[in-house]
Amino acid sequence: MKHLRSIDELGLDGLTGLLQLTDHMAEINQRPVPKVPALRGRTVASLFFEDSTRTRLSFETAAKRLSADTMTFNVSTSSVNKGESLRDTVATITDMGVDAFVVRHKSVGIPWQISQWTTASIINAGDGAHQHPTQALVDCYTIREATHAQNFSGMKIAIVGDIKHSRVARSNIQAFTLLGANVVLVAPPTLLPPDVSHWPVSVSHKLDEIIDKVDVLYMLRLQSERMAQGHVPTLREYSEQYGLTQKRVLALKSDAIVMHPGPMNRGVEMQIDPSDVKNSLIHRQVANGVSVRMAVLFELLGSGSSLGGQA
Amino acid sequence: MSKSIVIKGGTVINRSSQEVADVKIENDCVVEVGKNLKGDIQLDASGCIVSSGFVDLHAHLREPGKEEAETIETGSRAGALGGYTALVAMPNTDPPQDSVAVIDFVREQGKRAGLVDVVPSGCITLGRQGESLAPMAELANAGVTLFTDDGNGVQDAALMRRALEYAKGLGITLAQHCEVAELTKGAVMNECSCCTDLGLPGWPSIAEELMVFRDIELVRITGASMHFLHLSTKRSVELVRAAKRDGLAITAEVTPHHLSLTQELLSSYNPVFKVNPPLRSIEDIRALKAGLLDGTIDAIATDHAPHPRRDKEMSLDMAPPGMLGLETALGVVLAEGGCEIRDVVALMSWNPAKIARIDAEHGRDVVAGIKANLCVFDPQLTWSVDPERLASKSINTPYVGRTLRGRVRHTMFKGTATVIDGQAQK
Repeated sequence: MKHLRSIDELGLDGLTGLLQLTDHMAEINQRPVPKVPALRGRTVASLFFEDSTRTRLSFETAAKRLSADTMTFNVSTSSVNKGESLRDTVATITDMGVDAFVVRHKSVGIPWQISQWTTASIINAGDGAHQHPTQALVDCYTIREATHAQNFSGMKIAIVGDIKHSRVARSNIQAFTLLGANVVLVAPPTLLPPDVSHWPVSVSHKLDEIIDKVDVLYMLRLQSERMAQGHVPTLREYSEQYGLTQKRVLALKSDAIVMHPGPMNRGVEMQIDPSDVKNSLIHRQVANGVSVRMAVLFELLGSGSSLGGQA
Repeated sequence: MSKSIVIKGGTVINRSSQEVADVKIENDCVVEVGKNLKGDIQLDASGCIVSSGFVDLHAHLREPGKEEAETIETGSRAGALGGYTALVAMPNTDPPQDSVAVIDFVREQGKRAGLVDVVPSGCITLGRQGESLAPMAELANAGVTLFTDDGNGVQDAALMRRALEYAKGLGITLAQHCEVAELTKGAVMNECSCCTDLGLPGWPSIAEELMVFRDIELVRITGASMHFLHLSTKRSVELVRAAKRDGLAITAEVTPHHLSLTQELLSSYNPVFKVNPPLRSIEDIRALKAGLLDGTIDAIATDHAPHPRRDKEMSLDMAPPGMLGLETALGVVLAEGGCEIRDVVALMSWNPAKIARIDAEHGRDVVAGIKANLCVFDPQLTWSVDPERLASKSINTPYVGRTLRGRVRHTMFKGTATVIDGQAQK
């Protein structure tokens, strides 16, 4: 595997392989000194053209725990808007000797464009509303950890909220359905893409009609700018229709899981403190982020040998 | 007296005839069409078609303002290599073509290059801002016959109505870029299942069709004449077909790329496929071809839109829309347009010459007495595009790796060979 740019590109075997590899990484992270020399001498560059807390930190932590060197490129918003320097930027960093780029960009397709301009591996850490494959890996791993299910067949997963503008939704729809889950998208029609008839999912516009039937309730963040763009009349109306309230928590099946990719909009899609939800996995999602990204880096950059001993 | 030229052994296509004949040119005119003609210079045309030179209703020559992408000279050379003898220059230059000074400049630069007739179009509104009318009478007096804000549609229906009424009094034609801007904010590609997968904002067909419908109705009440630029959807073709049936003075064009390329190409993430209006579905392509065959669509126009390499190396959302067209149009249309050679000549020469009102010198039957604006092309020759070898200053052709059929061999502009055996002569 050279790049990780989308779940599609990964396929079912690649996906399950990375989930298994993540188990090993999770074990390393349990050790008193969670560090191995597996990627010593390798260099990972972060190219974040968009704000990020957890994805960026978890990639950098993952790289360090595998003993890779890290390089962080701070991109000012102005050069992003010109866009023209991107090819030169990538070429320059490549010349310094980089083995992988971790890329986040507001524009769809940037990881594919960059991979034509460098010999390094490309890891997509989010491109526009398109793909965020490592988040999907984190979410699959987290569900697997909680349910001990090797695949998701028979599992009903609802993804609730702004599907239209969500890269997390696009990657998760691919990953969840690859693993056999029944996925239902829950959103007003204005927050769905124009045509989802070719996706292997069902669609509901009413959260209350499906909430007592799902095994996993996956809440998406609603950005306040969607209101200005007229996708929803008011945030209050949205949270009444699609937010997670105490009443809706009570309607969930007793073993149903609640997830959110963060950052949360408290008072919008989350009308209730997640710690009040018995089966919330939101903290596990963050915790597993490092292990999953270690697995991805090792898969792309490891020599194929063992992980090695203590660093 | 300059040397006489004879084009030997080609098949001369005229409106009511098609026969193998030699064409003799002296000074700037055709002096004889017949058998066994002799001249000082002979150009072989065996196996080739000889027709009136092509006329492009829709070329962005980028000068003044964006000479990094193209100049009137390089665009003219690209046109000559594509078999064109006249190019209508779109007005979205910087400054825009909304004053006599800029119109004169564009025309003069065209004369200096001397490779094709450069026919400047004028803006409908000042600065293409869609707020107030450009001085259309002044521009018409300076020889402008076609007016458009191309790149922008005129959004304000009342202003468009006034423009049509005013144009009617001047005997000029308005050409509309049909796009309701509110429906295409941030749009990168056609609204379709592919844009759903990619998470890109869609450019829905209805944004074009609403304006086609609106302007048909404005033509109906004003009695003005109107040309629709680069139609791209099935429903647009249906609307224009019905309007023509009603006898309205409406014409329409389609681009070679909307006849040959589909929306799915955007999943390569290559901005060379970003164009406005966007590439559509195979169903739309079928409807556009049907429109060519039944006369609903009058012309094939390139929408030649050069962009420098660095602009097309941006992300899909940031890269400007547009692709090259002048040098590939014939090869694309013959390979994929689905029409007869005679129809191609009508769509690329006879009809557009009439729409641009330059049919005194262009789009004429090849007979003694006409200005020698001619295209000689081999309709069977297959070739592939090397972007680095195009005459255009830019390389943003979407046809790399595709086989085209049909290539220009010679082009005659006012009696002078601008292209001989596929090579530009100056």
